Amino acid sequence: MQDTPDIADRHDAVCVIGAGASGLATIKSLREQGFSVDCYERETSVGGAWNWRHDRSPVYSTAHLVSSRPLTEFPDFPMPDDWPDYPHHSQLLGYLERYSEHFGLRDDIWFGTEVVSVTPAGDGRWDVTTRSVGGGAERVQRYAAVIAANGHNWAPKPFTVDTSEFRGRVMHASAYKDPAQLRGRKVLVIGGGNTGCDIAVEAAQQAEKVWHSTRRGYWFAPKYLFGRPADQMLPPRLPLRFRQKLYRWMVRLTAGDLTRYGLPAPDHRPYESHPVVNSQLAYYLGHGRITAVGDVASMEGSTVELSDGKRIEPDLVITATGYLPRFEFLAPELLDVDEDGRPDLHLHAFARRHPTLAVIGLLQPDAGLLPLAHWQSVAVARWLRLRIDDPAKAAAVQQKESVRPVRSWSRLRVVPSSRHWFEVGHTDYLRAVEDLLKHMEPAS
Amino acid sequence: MSSQLLRFEDWTAPVPAVRREVLSALPHPDEKNPPLLFVPGLGHGAWAFREHWLGHAASRGFSAYALSPRAAGSLRAYVHDVVQVAAGLPRQTVLIGHGVGALVVSHALARYPAKAAVLAAPVLDGWPALGAALRTNPFGTLPAFFGGGLGLSRKQLYSPGCTYERKLTREPTAVYRSVLTASRPAAPVGSPPMLVVGSPDDKIVTRKALDRTAARFGGAPLLFPGMGHDLMLDTDWQEPIDAVIDWLEKELLA
Repeated sequence: MQDTPDIADRHDAVCVIGAGASGLATIKSLREQGFSVDCYERETSVGGAWNWRHDRSPVYSTAHLVSSRPLTEFPDFPMPDDWPDYPHHSQLLGYLERYSEHFGLRDDIWFGTEVVSVTPAGDGRWDVTTRSVGGGAERVQRYAAVIAANGHNWAPKPFTVDTSEFRGRVMHASAYKDPAQLRGRKVLVIGGGNTGCDIAVEAAQQAEKVWHSTRRGYWFAPKYLFGRPADQMLPPRLPLRFRQKLYRWMVRLTAGDLTRYGLPAPDHRPYESHPVVNSQLAYYLGHGRITAVGDVASMEGSTVELSDGKRIEPDLVITATGYLPRFEFLAPELLDVDEDGRPDLHLHAFARRHPTLAVIGLLQPDAGLLPLAHWQSVAVARWLRLRIDDPAKAAAVQQKESVRPVRSWSRLRVVPSSRHWFEVGHTDYLRAVEDLLKHMEPAS
Repeated sequence: MSSQLLRFEDWTAPVPAVRREVLSALPHPDEKNPPLLFVPGLGHGAWAFREHWLGHAASRGFSAYALSPRAAGSLRAYVHDVVQVAAGLPRQTVLIGHGVGALVVSHALARYPAKAAVLAAPVLDGWPALGAALRTNPFGTLPAFFGGGLGLSRKQLYSPGCTYERKLTREPTAVYRSVLTASRPAAPVGSPPMLVVGSPDDKIVTRKALDRTAARFGGAPLLFPGMGHDLMLDTDWQEPIDAVIDWLEKELLA
């Protein structure tokens, strides 16, 4: 049944955009709820950001997880228990490949196909225009629902300082792949996030000279505490205030006071910024291999001027400024995107005015993302099923959800920066999703 | 029932890794059927399935694996091991638990979306099984109450003319305690099709317990009269495994 000759109606099928970790979990959850799924992936393999072969993958050769295995694996497909506490990125890719093989998810993925646009077709249905990445004709298909799992770590956030007059090389951290790129160079790393700190540490081992520029101080969490992965040691059941106290105490015991190395003191409390997990930064600061500097004011010729007037002369500048979410295939108002580019979604997942549109994996949790993406996808799939099976109950659930306070699932007290748009505490977030799942359970 | 989303115990005190004993029989050529993972109950090991069932399942085109319970384990550790092995197999796996192994499987189903599940002579609730054991084998069972470990006898497990009694191992009482005090498993994830098989002449799993288990998972048990508790070792071992594979083939077509 086609209402216009060139739109293929896929009836109750759901369209998933992206076959990275979040997309794969979404395909599986939708199938478990009995949906047919078409997943579109612009690359020719699964793994998304974790697949280093992909153009848009930000991983570098030495990247390891910053959350430990039990807090990172899918809740229904554990990583092998003889893997290291903090697996390498290639292990995570292998894990995602096995996940997709194990559950036969590839059957539903259209590789080398990108989504050009998604437009409402009335009745909660969507027209999805796709095209082969190599070029070719566009194709329009109609779906009952669309779930974007296109990731949010691939569009580099622009660096605000003008670099046009600078003679050295400037690159975004996403272009950094291998420590060989640093060997023998004088490197300035800009950015105090996990990537910035990782690269600064690598540069400390490879480069001739390293400056690390950070705008503010952070709470550097160690990877290990008492010989155990530190994220397994922090009791997540305590109220936030106690955890903040414990966190301060843990930092005092491990990294200690970093201001004597010239790093600024944190201008916020623990858990108010995305956790930076790095045990080695302080070590290399102490060895003088890394020089902490402030914000960059200008770059011209061979010199970089810092905000305190100091001048340095790096020949390689790596900007670890982070990434911005991008949904080029969706009109901004569909996701209530504000002028800064920040989408406003219920639980960072459900479009507020379109019950059949959702985003999976758009979170910055203080633990691994995969478990949260899994439960998001379970909630979205159950929600879509409930809408079909029991519309009255679905309406009641929607009503209940509309009054769920944002502070119950999102960190509101965070450092104002696009980096923290999607910051959530994983236990608070999971509690909210669990509550939603409970409301959607069929009455028995 | 504890939360399935907030797994504080697994986050802060993960089950330690061990080397697991997994026996297997693989079909040639591989017919792309889902693999079968057999989980033995207490006192038994993977050997109990190697006797007949593994080879027979392979001859019918299914790759078949059996996992021995870890030494000095607990229900939580057994469940962990089952999920670890299942997730390590190339395709979505069918879990088949026997005796207390069925209890382990019923808990593993909440942690791993199995392709299907079979509970054979399932001991899901330890108390009636303990009562039945006291009636048929008081001298083997009583020491368990005083820390002596539970002994199983030929009469309990096998029909006349069949015995593997000498291969049975004694598990520490703590293991039995963790089984008896287990909380009800959470609902299976991914709603797999389930089958309950057993014998009305089982001396450990009463007919009533069998019916109760089957009713819980939505069906009637498949019965094999005249057989003892150890369906996979009894002289008529082929009947139940053929019935299980027939059922599975039908479910996979659906």
